Amino acid sequence: MDAKVFVYVAHKDGKADDSALELVTAAQSMFPGSNPVALVAGSGIDAVCQETAATYGEVWKFDQAALAYPNAELLRPLLVKVLPAGAMLLLPHNTFGLDLGPGLSVQRGVTYVPDVVGIDGLEGTTLKVVRQEFAGQVSAHVHCAVAKGAVITVRSGAFRPAPAGAVAGQVLDRSADTAGLSARRKFVELIQAEAGDIDITREDVLVSVGRGIGEKENIALVEDLAEAMGAAVSCSRPIVDAKWLDRPRQVGTSGKTVKPKVYLALGISGSFQHLGGIKGNPFLLAINKNPKAPIFQAATVGVVADLMELLPVLTEKIKKSR
Amino acid sequence: MEILVCVKRVPDAAENEIVVGAGGADIKREDLVYSVNEWDNYAVEEAVQIVEREGGNVTIVSMGDSEAEEVVRREMAMGAAQGLLLTDAAFDGSDGLGIATILAAAARKGEYDLILTGALADDGAGQVGGMLAALLDWPYASVVNKIETKDGKSLRIGREIEGGTQEISDIETPCVLSIQTGINEPRYVGIRGIRKVASIEIPILDAGALGLDAAAVGAAGANVRRIDYFVPQLGASAEMLEGSIEELAGKLVDLLKAKGGIR
Ligand SMILES: Cc1cc2nc3c(=O)[nH]c(=O)nc-3n(C[C@H](O)[C@H](O)[C@H](O)COP(=O)(O)OP(=O)(O)OC[C@H]3O[C@@H](n4cnc5c(N)ncnc54)[C@H](O)[C@@H]3O)c2cc1C
Ligand SMILES: Cc1cc2nc3c(=O)[nH]c(=O)nc-3n(C[C@H](O)[C@H](O)[C@H](O)COP(=O)(O)OP(=O)(O)OC[C@H]3O[C@@H](n4cnc5c(N)ncnc54)[C@H](O)[C@@H]3O)c2cc1C
Repeated sequence: MDAKVFVYVAHKDGKADDSALELVTAAQSMFPGSNPVALVAGSGIDAVCQETAATYGEVWKFDQAALAYPNAELLRPLLVKVLPAGAMLLLPHNTFGLDLGPGLSVQRGVTYVPDVVGIDGLEGTTLKVVRQEFAGQVSAHVHCAVAKGAVITVRSGAFRPAPAGAVAGQVLDRSADTAGLSARRKFVELIQAEAGDIDITREDVLVSVGRGIGEKENIALVEDLAEAMGAAVSCSRPIVDAKWLDRPRQVGTSGKTVKPKVYLALGISGSFQHLGGIKGNPFLLAINKNPKAPIFQAATVGVVADLMELLPVLTEKIKKSR
Repeated sequence: MEILVCVKRVPDAAENEIVVGAGGADIKREDLVYSVNEWDNYAVEEAVQIVEREGGNVTIVSMGDSEAEEVVRREMAMGAAQGLLLTDAAFDGSDGLGIATILAAAARKGEYDLILTGALADDGAGQVGGMLAALLDWPYASVVNKIETKDGKSLRIGREIEGGTQEISDIETPCVLSIQTGINEPRYVGIRGIRKVASIEIPILDAGALGLDAAAVGAAGANVRRIDYFVPQLGASAEMLEGSIEELAGKLVDLLKAKGGIR
């Protein structure tokens, strides 16, 4: 099919998001031969449009004071208005895509294809994609009918970024289309996450604990190990949700991005939201009782064991080895 | 406030090893432990807290087979006076839009000021809440980690976005909010709590009762079809260490020393 393909380019502080480059690759693998059009909305966005035009042949600019903050409730009616019938729209699968995408697909009357991690090809008007279910424990081949168009969200890191600067694209000013937008949800302010007693983003060795630790009392086992190693303790989200450790210790997309040399994942399953916060290719050692836990696909070295048995022995051995 | 909370019965991913069945048509479900979707527990707790503060009622709804009734009742025991079960063979094979369509029909039968869903469930789509809002033409917010009631016409809410930043907005009611974990501490439900709601009748609504065209939901109406499950064979996966606990600990000490993990 001769698809009209669009990519929504998220941006912040005058810079396009990393997803902008990955989504070109994703768009071209889904719809071979397509020339995706970039959509850039915001206020005072000439620099982002110029940057984007180095990767996309065509950039549509929607410059409007009311769009200074990317409020999905305001952007959705705009996209319903400007996207042509049959258009495929790609979005990043992050908290913005989650906010905008599902409702947009309903209002456009098109198919929603969430959290794509791979492509099996396009056959006629059937888009064949790979998704993950059960927190990444299994994958699924999914066929989507996209004859009327689609809203597709793509997981960060699933496609390699296209080279920037390969194209000299043109910017079309479509700002007139933004007239008269209104929303029943109004942006008020951003509150930055609180700083903690420790900055895990600066630590070289992190001992990170997940839900597999079972109970609050057992966190002490992890703290003992970290102390014996001379390392800092970090964690996955459920540990913070349960208030067993403070929020500044959370690693992941909604927590901190860390760049350690050594990362121990103890009882952490390896969700993409957690792994998204680990950068710099550390030596990643995973201990998990489930041999099929997705963390073992990301780890350098893996151990299948019960934390309750292994941790005390390991801590003792480290103390003795000093 | 009249609040509807949508809950899904799911295999507990933390408790289970999910194994793909023969031919990949489904996962092996026989030995799985099921419970309520983690996110939905937070949604129910939030609804109950709002009603405890401001008055009103909480209704729990789930689309599923008769086994979902147990989940509805467990969630009611947290403090909801009513439950609804949406069951029909015609609902089988619904995609996200199908489920949202069924839930929207149930929502239209009541007069709700607020509908809560979880931000995510086991399929990992995070789609049902946003679709439901669009079908009802209500405003929507996802990954909500704070709800303050304001003036009866709107709510002040927080969305937890990347890096843990909180995005504060005002949203008009009625609206749909999808709830992120950590917004509250869901209360513990004991046997006594469940007993208290044991005698409440949970009405079961089918496609006819919901006024739904069976062709618009279920496998017939689905634009998204799962063909099979598989376990990806990744090239670069971890080097696995073997041995007794003693031996493993010994190997780990050596490795950690070599990699600079012990300082
Ligand atoms: C918008 C959004 C943002 C998110 N942001 C983040 C984020 O920033 N960071 C984050 O971590 N998550 C985040 N999440 C949550 C994420 O999806 C997962 O739910 C979470 O990462 C799971 O944490 P976990 O691995 O500790 O728990 P689980 O997935 O429950 O895994 C527990 C693991 O422990 C193992 N285990 C159990 N008992 C033992 C034992 N005795 N010994 C050894 N192993 C054992 C189990 O086999 C399992 O693999 C986010 C989700 C959403 C929707
Ligand atoms: C071929 C195929 C067949 C399927 N057959 C069925 C089926 O027969 N029955 C079935 O339930 N699913 C079925 N599904 C799965 C269904 O499509 C997903 O459950 C749906 O898309 C929701 O996706 P999710 O788990 O990612 O939910 P999300 O969109 O991530 O869920 C967010 C929230 O939506 C609400 N929610 C989701 N599902 C329900 C529900 N059932 N009842 C009440 N609230 C809910 C909850 O509040 C949840 O926290 C099928 C999927 C495929 C591809």
